[in-house]
Amino acid sequence: MQELIVILVDGLVFSSYLFMVSVGLTVIFGVMKILNVTHGAFYAFGAYMSATLIGAYYNTDLPEFGGFLAIFAAAIIVGVFFGIVLERGLLRFLYHRDEHIIVLATFAMFLVLEDVLLMIWGTDPYYAYEPMALLGAVDIVELTFDVYSLTLIGLAVIVALGLWLGLTKTKWGKLLLAVIFDREISQAMGINVTVVFTVTFVVGSIMGALGGAYIAPTISVSPGIGVEVIVLSFAVVVIGGMGSIPGAIIGALLVGISRAAAVHKFPEIELFVIYAIMALVLAIRPEGLFAPPQARKI
Amino acid sequence: MKTFEKAGRATLLATGLAAAMGLSTGIANAAESVIMAVPTFLTGAGAPAFGVPARNGAEVIIEAINKGTLPAPYDKSGKGLAGRQIQALIYDESGGGVKQVAEFRNKVQKQGVDLFVGYISSGTCAAITPVAEELKMLTIFPICGTPRIFEEIDKTPKYVFRTMGHATADGVAEALYVKANLPDVKGYTGINQNYAWGQDSWRDFDLAMKQLMPSVPVSDKTQWPKIFSGQYGAEISALMLSKEPLVHSSLWGGDLEAFIFQGSARGLFRKKQLLFSVADTSVYRLGKKAPAGAILGARGPYGIFAANIDTPLNNWFRKVYQDRYSVPPVGGSYQAAQGVLAAKFAYDKAAAANGGKFPSKDQVIAALEGSTFQGIAAPVHMNRSNGHQAATKHMIGVLQWDKEAGGPIMTKVTEFGPDCVMPPPGVNGTEWLKGGMKGAKC
Repeated sequence: MQELIVILVDGLVFSSYLFMVSVGLTVIFGVMKILNVTHGAFYAFGAYMSATLIGAYYNTDLPEFGGFLAIFAAAIIVGVFFGIVLERGLLRFLYHRDEHIIVLATFAMFLVLEDVLLMIWGTDPYYAYEPMALLGAVDIVELTFDVYSLTLIGLAVIVALGLWLGLTKTKWGKLLLAVIFDREISQAMGINVTVVFTVTFVVGSIMGALGGAYIAPTISVSPGIGVEVIVLSFAVVVIGGMGSIPGAIIGALLVGISRAAAVHKFPEIELFVIYAIMALVLAIRPEGLFAPPQARKI
Repeated sequence: MKTFEKAGRATLLATGLAAAMGLSTGIANAAESVIMAVPTFLTGAGAPAFGVPARNGAEVIIEAINKGTLPAPYDKSGKGLAGRQIQALIYDESGGGVKQVAEFRNKVQKQGVDLFVGYISSGTCAAITPVAEELKMLTIFPICGTPRIFEEIDKTPKYVFRTMGHATADGVAEALYVKANLPDVKGYTGINQNYAWGQDSWRDFDLAMKQLMPSVPVSDKTQWPKIFSGQYGAEISALMLSKEPLVHSSLWGGDLEAFIFQGSARGLFRKKQLLFSVADTSVYRLGKKAPAGAILGARGPYGIFAANIDTPLNNWFRKVYQDRYSVPPVGGSYQAAQGVLAAKFAYDKAAAANGGKFPSKDQVIAALEGSTFQGIAAPVHMNRSNGHQAATKHMIGVLQWDKEAGGPIMTKVTEFGPDCVMPPPGVNGTEWLKGGMKGAKC
């Protein structure tokens, strides 16, 4: 019983991590139909900015819990800046081009941003463990867990709820859904698709940066951290269905809990589990579990 | 003269274009110098732990060789390699085996490189070895850990050398240390990255333990996280739930540091005895966050293990490195510097045997094969794999925080001779371990 509960907790924590790092990717694809490889760079920049701001904050005499604000500030700074610069400065010139060209362009931007990151922060790792140390640890079924990692579950729930409410209960969300369903008809009906695209890309960028910013206190923030995230995000998004937020949630839960179970019961297949699930889902439903319905145009 | 060329992607592109146009790329007086390519991780996850420290270590030594300021025993050997200045072409090892093989060919065939001293990743070394032999290019691997280079990929190398011990030595030294210091250990488990290095490390430690402490049970749930995964919550839970008190790990770099942060927050290091193969790369950076009480290795007398080795060369290296980079040298720094020293030793020895004239490539190879030269902190014996594989002494100890000095120190250090931890010449490491490590001189 203890092991079962531990698998569930570990699985939920990892699922939350997966959801946080993949939700930005799925939001952008859902609206803009762009497979945004730059997402990995947003994650990395979010982590570096978070580590920098946290470090700077804890060098002051300000209240300790204020350091958490640095995490969200980092995500917003990185997401807004890169979201606007990339969407307005690059992607808007490519919307009429083939999807493959856009993927290649975002991949090129990812490589460029990786080097920009090295120019700014160098190759030395950055540490920002203070928030994790501050929250301490708690025992669950006689096993110690750090509270910070558990808060990731809460953050993922808040983000998922926020996106669901935003999409279904607000005027802006309904406009987004209309664009997701049919971009051309939405434009014909007077929706300013250009603004929708820019805002969506910025929101997706903030989500990507928030994933990195929140994870930063638990890792060594060092070069290359964005690469792994792209692979994981793609796996989750493909399983759930490209562009589906419920799909990202289910995909993250499926992968996270299966992986935790593998680690505890069959650790030698841990690496295999994520891709086995992906292969299985794609074999049964090539469009993913929750892919939004495609309008049939005549 | 431009000595170092630090190439990022842009520089590499520019270099490639210039080479394609038949232009000089900062290597103007090639006839009067030795062009030494030094591939190392300058970007990506391998850069902080190994790549950049390795570059730094190589830079320090190359500069001193060119100026003729190396201390004893190299203080009377003159400037450069057999009198010729080294022109170092330092470039990025990132990108994987296919890209590196292409770079290797490019450097050899278009840029006239005379020798390579570099490569960190076991995967890259495995890809480069057959190509180096095919192109007849003198190539010195200072770091790659996998034993497979000369045990499987090329059993009779002519042009490829490795100037440090390999993962088998880690496993044996660690098991010997456990036997001596934890004789009553009730079992062991492990967490190692699921690729060549992690698998080899665990295999050799496990085989050595089975020979030295056959009654100690091993877990059937050792952990195999993906390299660069960075998230170890479930693995830490599994390790904490396991009944085995000893945990072996060859994690390195960002993975190691993330594991330490996440494990510390959950009390893993209070509950389990950790044994890290190559954690020396992180101890200075982590400072007090490094887990005191953990058993550490560095695959030889490198990094923090060399802190108290009192020789002119080691004292000089540590001081110059610290002054220049504001951090002490770690394992990668020592190992890369040792690779460059091997070239210095071989060229000078070959020139002396050649009547003082600059030696041919074959003469340099003959000089290095089977030789013993002085590394930064200990002698290096090139006496395995037909004289192409090095054996050095090995050191294992327990990490502690020195309050007075305000830094990490190694305590309870045990030294193991090269013939104790490395398989004898001509013997496959795995077979040697399975056969009870016959011939080991401990």
